[in-house]
Amino acid sequence: MSTADSAKGLPPADCDTFPKLLEHQCRIRPGKPAIREKSFGIWQTHNWGRVAEEVRSLAAGLFALGVKRGDKVAIVGDNRPRLYWTMTAVQAIGGVPVPLYQDSVAEEMTYVLDHAEARFAVVEDQEQVDKLLEVKERCAHLEHIVYDEPRGLRHYTQAFLHHFDAVQSEGRDYNKVHPDFYDGVIATSQGTDTAIILYTSGTTGKPKGVILSFDNVIKTAANGVKLENLTADEESMAYLPMAWVGDHIFSYGQSFVAGFCVACPESSATVMHDLRELGPTYFFAPPRIFENILTTVMIRMEDASWVKRKAFHFFMAVAKRSGSRILDGKSVGFGERLLYALGGLLIYGPLMNTLGFTRIRLAYTAGEAIGPDIFDFYRSLGVNLKQLYGSTEASVFITIQPDGEIEADTVGKPAIDVEIKIADSGEVLFRSPGVFIEYFKNPQATAETKTADGWVHTGDAGFFADNGHLKIIDRAKDVGRLNDGGLFAPKYVENKLKFFPDIKEAVAFGHERGFCAAFVNIDLVAVGSWAERNNVPYGSYQELASNPQVLQTIKAHIEKVNRDLVADPQLASCQIRRFLVLHKELDADDGELTRTRKVRRGFVAERYQPLIEALYSDAGSAYIETEVTFEDGRKGMIKADLQIIDVDIAPVAPPLKQAS
Amino acid sequence: MSYGDKQIGDTLLKVDNITLAFGGVKALTDISFEIREHEILAIIGPNGAGKTSMLNVINGFYHPQQGRIMFRGAERRAMRPHLAARQGIARTFQNVALFKGMSTLDNIMTGRILKMKSNIFQQAIYWGANQREEIAHREVVEKIIDFLEIEAIRKTPVGRLPYGLQKRVELARALAMEPDLLLLDEPMAGMNVEEKEDMCRFVLDVNDEFGTTIALIEHDMGVVMDISDRVVVLDYGRKLADGSPDEVRANQDVIDAYLGVSH
Repeated sequence: MSTADSAKGLPPADCDTFPKLLEHQCRIRPGKPAIREKSFGIWQTHNWGRVAEEVRSLAAGLFALGVKRGDKVAIVGDNRPRLYWTMTAVQAIGGVPVPLYQDSVAEEMTYVLDHAEARFAVVEDQEQVDKLLEVKERCAHLEHIVYDEPRGLRHYTQAFLHHFDAVQSEGRDYNKVHPDFYDGVIATSQGTDTAIILYTSGTTGKPKGVILSFDNVIKTAANGVKLENLTADEESMAYLPMAWVGDHIFSYGQSFVAGFCVACPESSATVMHDLRELGPTYFFAPPRIFENILTTVMIRMEDASWVKRKAFHFFMAVAKRSGSRILDGKSVGFGERLLYALGGLLIYGPLMNTLGFTRIRLAYTAGEAIGPDIFDFYRSLGVNLKQLYGSTEASVFITIQPDGEIEADTVGKPAIDVEIKIADSGEVLFRSPGVFIEYFKNPQATAETKTADGWVHTGDAGFFADNGHLKIIDRAKDVGRLNDGGLFAPKYVENKLKFFPDIKEAVAFGHERGFCAAFVNIDLVAVGSWAERNNVPYGSYQELASNPQVLQTIKAHIEKVNRDLVADPQLASCQIRRFLVLHKELDADDGELTRTRKVRRGFVAERYQPLIEALYSDAGSAYIETEVTFEDGRKGMIKADLQIIDVDIAPVAPPLKQAS
Repeated sequence: MSYGDKQIGDTLLKVDNITLAFGGVKALTDISFEIREHEILAIIGPNGAGKTSMLNVINGFYHPQQGRIMFRGAERRAMRPHLAARQGIARTFQNVALFKGMSTLDNIMTGRILKMKSNIFQQAIYWGANQREEIAHREVVEKIIDFLEIEAIRKTPVGRLPYGLQKRVELARALAMEPDLLLLDEPMAGMNVEEKEDMCRFVLDVNDEFGTTIALIEHDMGVVMDISDRVVVLDYGRKLADGSPDEVRANQDVIDAYLGVSH
C-alpha cells in the first residue's frame, strides 16, 4: 500500500496484522464506535479504544492460560463482540483462530477440532460447552474451554472450564506486571504469518481447512474498501456465521481496515428487526434472504387497504421502469423522474425504512443465482445491490459488479489485483493477493486446487460476456457438450426456468445428445392459484399438470428462456427444443431430490428413461408408470400419458468462435 | 439469587387436612402435603382429581371449608389472590390468561405492578423518580426476556403469537414478580415435543438459577418423572401418594387410578 492509500484513509503498510491494525484504529479514532451488540434490548456500543483495551487483557489472559505461538484456538458461537475480540487476541499472541459453524452438531465439530488440533476453545454459552464436553474425549488436543455466557454453567466443576471474565482479569493482572508484553508480542508477527483457518462447509466430502495469511485477508479487504470507497462511517451488521469467509472479510477484515462499525444482532431470530433499528449502510445477504424480505412485503401489501395497494403497485411499476436506470445514472425523462420522486416520498421511502434500508449505500449478494425480479425490486427502490463472486480460497473477492454496470445474470468484473482466465474446459481460474496459502494438512487437495504459479481452480464453469463481465454457468463437472459441440450448462438453464413462479423444478438434458430438452415440474401453489382465479377445475396435481392451458403457459415461459439464451452466443446451443411436464412432483422421499432439495440428475435420468427416449424421438406423447412412496411409507403406482411439446427456438447466431 | 448446589430446604408452604366443597360436591377431601423450599413438586392425577382446585386454594382464590394453610410457618387466613401475590406466590393458568392486545413486553411489565411504588398518575408523568423506577423495572423485565429467549417477540402483540410462546410469555410475567413460590398449571399442555423440551429446560433453569420453589400440574408423565423432585398424586379429591418419582411410579394405588382395576 502506497502513501496515496493512507491519504484515502487506509492504514499504513506496517499495520500488516489485525492486532497492529487495532492499535492503529485505537490511535487515530479511539472514540469512534467499533462494534455494537444488542443486549437486554439496548444497543451497547464499544469504541475502538475500548476494544483495544479488551483485546489487550484477553490476549494476556489467554497467554497466561497457556496459548503459545502456533496454537489453534477454536471459536464457537453466534456473532458476539467477545468472540471477535478473541480472534484478535489469539492473533496477537501468535495463535491461530479457527471459527466453527455454531449450529453444527457435536459429531461434525469433532472432525474439525481434531483435524485442526485445537488446544483451546472459546465458546459462547452452555449449549456449545455441552457439545464440546460430549466430544472432548475424542479430541485429543483439546485442553481448555473458555465460555462467555455463564448461565446454566454454575454446577460445572471441570477444572479446564474457564469463564471469559476470569481469563480477562488474569490478563489485566499480567499486563500490570508486564507492561511491555502486549506491544512486544504483536511486533513479532508479520503479514505472511497464518491469520486464520476457515473450514469449508464440506458439502462435498470432508471439510477442508483453508489457511489464510494476514496479507491475504488484509490486502483483499483493503482492495474491497478501495473499490467501494468504504469509510470509517459505514455501519454494517454481522449476522452470518463467523466461520464463513464472507463474515470474516465483511465484518472483521474490512471493519479493521476502514475503521467502521459492525453490529451484532440480539439473536438469530431478531435479525430483521435489528436491521430495521440499525439501518446499516453496508449490507451483505445471500439471495434467499432478499427473497424472503420481498415475499414478506408482498404478502403484507396484499392485506393492505385498497388505496394503499393501488398506490403501491402503481409506484412499483414506475420504479421498475425507471428506478434502476436512475440508479445507474442513465438518462430518464423529466416526468418519469418527477413520478419517481413522488413515489420516493409516498412509497419507496417508508418501505425502505420498514426494511431498514434507508441509509443503505452498498449491498452485496452472492452464493447462488438471484432471481431477476428480486434483484430488480431492490435496485428499482434505489438499493445499490450488486452481485459478487468469490470463494474461501480467494479471501472472498474474485469479481464484483462495478457501479452502473449491474445485471441480474453476471457476477461482474475482476476485483482489484485479481487476474482471471478461463481454461479450455470452461473452468474459471484466478490469481490474486487473496489466494490462500494451503489446505491445512492436506497437500494433495492443495496441489489439485492451486497451481505452482498461484492460479486457483474454482471448479466453476464460466465465460466472459461481451461487456467484460464474468458469467458463471454451472459447476465445471456438470457442464457437458451437445453432439454438435455446443456448450450444455444444465443448471444455468434450469435456474432460468425456475425463476418463473409457475415452475418449481426443472431438469435439463442434452449432454451427448442432438439438442437440449427438459422435464418441468409446475408449482402447485402458483399454478393452483391461477386455476382458482380462472375457474379452471382440477382434482390433482397430475390433472393440473396436463391441463392444455398450463402447458401453453409453460411453453411460453420456455420460449422466453430460449430468447434470453440466444442473446449469449455461448449459450445459444442450450435452447430447449422439446419438453414435458412431469405427472408428479420430484420428491426426496422417492430419491429424486436430495434432502436439501437438489435434483439428483443421474437418478432422475435412470428412473424416467422411457420419457427421455420419447423426448429424443418423434413421439408426441409418452406413457409412464412410476412407483411413488406416500408420506406414510406406503407405495403406489401412478400411470400417465404425458404430452411432449415442441418449442420454437430463436434463430441461433452464426457459429460461435472459440472463446479464448 | 446466588445459591450453590441444589439443596431442598425447609417447608415453605404446608396444607393441612384441606377439604373444599362446592355445594354438595367435594372437590378436595382431607388433603395434606407440604412444599419445601427450592424443590420442584408435581401434582398429578386423572381428570377431575382436584389438581387445579388445589392450586386455587394455595393461591387464595378458593377458600377451603376445613383445614389450614401455613406459609413460611405462619397460618394464612382469609387469603385473597392479590395478598398471595404480595407474599410471593405467582402463577400461570391452564388456559393462557394474558392481555392479548398488549405486547409481550407490556404483558411482562404488568408482572411488576405490585413492585411499583409510584401510582398511576405519577407514572403518567415520565420524569424524575418515576422515570428511574420505570427503567429499573424494565431492566428486570429485559433480564427475564433474555432468560426465556423471547427477544424476537418483545414488541409483538401476544394474541398473534403461537400457543407455545404465549405460555412462555405467561411464565415470564409470573417470573417478573420475582416469586418465592411459582405455581404452574399445565405449563406444557398442548405443546409439541420441541416446545415441551424448551419449557422443561426453562422450568429447571428457573429453579436452578433463581432458587424458586415450583409446584406444577402436568399430565405428561415423562415430563413429571424427569423434572420433579417430588410428586403428589390426587384422585377424586383425595391424596393417593406423595413421594419421589420412583416411589410414586411403584405405588399400586397410583397404578390402579391411572390404569383402572380389573373386577
